[in-house]
Amino acid sequence: MGIAVVDVTKSFGDFAALKDVSVAIPEGSLTALLGPSGSGKSTLLRVIAGLEQPDSGQVLIGDEDVTQRPARTRGVGMVFQHYAAFKHMTVQDNVAFGLAIRKRPRAEIRARVHELLELVQLEGLAKRYPAQLSGGQRQRMALARALAVEPSVLLLDEPFGALDARVRKELRAWLRRLHDEVHVTTIIVTHDQEEAMEVAGQIVVLNEGRVEQVGSPRELYDEPANEFVMSFVGPVNRVGDTFVRPHDVQLLLEPEAGAAEAMIERVVHLGFEVRVELVRDDGQHLLVQLTQEEAEQLELERGQIVYVRASRETVFSAR
Amino acid sequence: MSKYVLRFTALGYLTLLLMVPVGFVFYRAFGDGFGHAWDAVTTDRAVHALELTLLLTAITVPANTIVGVILALALVRGRFPGRGLLNAVVDLPLALSPVVVGLALYLLYGRGGWLGGLAGHGVKVLFAVPGMVLATMFVSLPFVVREVVPVLREIGTDQEQAAETLGAGPFQVFRRITLPAIRWAVAYGVVLTTARAIGEFGAVSIVSGRIEGKTETLPIYVQSQYAFDFNTSGAYAASVVLALIAIATVVGLRVFQPKQEVG
Repeated sequence: MGIAVVDVTKSFGDFAALKDVSVAIPEGSLTALLGPSGSGKSTLLRVIAGLEQPDSGQVLIGDEDVTQRPARTRGVGMVFQHYAAFKHMTVQDNVAFGLAIRKRPRAEIRARVHELLELVQLEGLAKRYPAQLSGGQRQRMALARALAVEPSVLLLDEPFGALDARVRKELRAWLRRLHDEVHVTTIIVTHDQEEAMEVAGQIVVLNEGRVEQVGSPRELYDEPANEFVMSFVGPVNRVGDTFVRPHDVQLLLEPEAGAAEAMIERVVHLGFEVRVELVRDDGQHLLVQLTQEEAEQLELERGQIVYVRASRETVFSAR
Repeated sequence: MSKYVLRFTALGYLTLLLMVPVGFVFYRAFGDGFGHAWDAVTTDRAVHALELTLLLTAITVPANTIVGVILALALVRGRFPGRGLLNAVVDLPLALSPVVVGLALYLLYGRGGWLGGLAGHGVKVLFAVPGMVLATMFVSLPFVVREVVPVLREIGTDQEQAAETLGAGPFQVFRRITLPAIRWAVAYGVVLTTARAIGEFGAVSIVSGRIEGKTETLPIYVQSQYAFDFNTSGAYAASVVLALIAIATVVGLRVFQPKQEVG
């Protein structure tokens, strides 16, 4: 089901976590709430889940106003950053929890748990305890547990935040595929722009309790609404009021009209990508991204003088 | 090498401080033969004292366990004015001498005390079981609270919130998630509460009036035998009963507690 958040405000004491936030989440979409810590993204998720009560505003799931409903009757499945595994229960009892609460027949529960453990690739570990699982396995168990009750909405609060980089990447791709299979409306909270762009079809950028922009990953990157989105969604060089993406800086070996002189401070080889750190003659630092091939042709090295100009730049009118 | 020094010091300390005195009590109790010791603890007076001690324990432990868990939840999860004060007050019985506790109850329920009028309405608190229950509950209140609070802090609220989103109501969350998570802390608190309830002397001694065969608990009986009746072997024999109950409680926990708590 689709979700609508309408004019939601939430404060914790003096701290305004959400200021008049309105967001529409289309049915069946995978939406990321992206923002730095303290931007209100987790609070927004918890308001949707019913774990926080907004000071004002409404939450609609489907066509129904659920603002006054407790979390347990909202039909949401939630996954937490630190897994929230029920430590005293086996994997299968964890997954079965929601069904057991609903007093479903035992045979149905067993069949459903089996099906879900297969879906999250934990078939062989049904009798284990959470302490005997790796972080990635625990989080997949938590996901199966949330899916068991056939939620109308799946809410993921920094689900991969506590995992190491390699597992995180694997699980992202896996989540993407899972969403294609299950099609449940999903919201994922993350502070990692790469993660948001990789998994989500729609991204809501939050900052200081407000929505800065809503759009597809491509729209956010190519047409950022303001300075914050521009600098949060990918690296950026700022020269005065002008913003330039590192891959939109051209490096020239000979002076040309409109190109500024700069000295190479550092060349970082990251495989396919090569990052070059420069300082312009006016003291401005610049970051440039090249492909390995481009870098090799230019034969760049530290201390070398080059000439730079922007092939594409963005200026935001004062807000 | 330093490993052995450490081990020796720890064992030596325990031996001198605990094992030798307790062992000596056992030795003296059975010094005149097992039959003699058995006779000493099966007199009507001794049996009554044991029964009374067990009664006090049977009332105090469940009450303080339930109240203790509720207090721990309030201290960790609650957001209300006066929480800091409550936190300090819970520790009061640990800091306060039991004799002072007994005296306070004596003043409160005694003639001229705020609640002294109860006696006139047929509610006898002082020199009767109710007063002794109150005294025992007072001194043994902190144990369950102090064991459960750190565990509640550590588990946080994630599991409970996950259960909530899965459809569990507040009572189901408590029974299926919170209680299993704190069960060993509660069990340990119960053991400490039991030990304290069985052994309490100071506070109970004051409010009970020490009436033979009526308000005499086992610890009071031990002291009477030793100090007033000069029946040292009787005192030792009764002490052994107290020690055995305590040992059984601790051993019981060890037996039922899994070697390695999963999670």
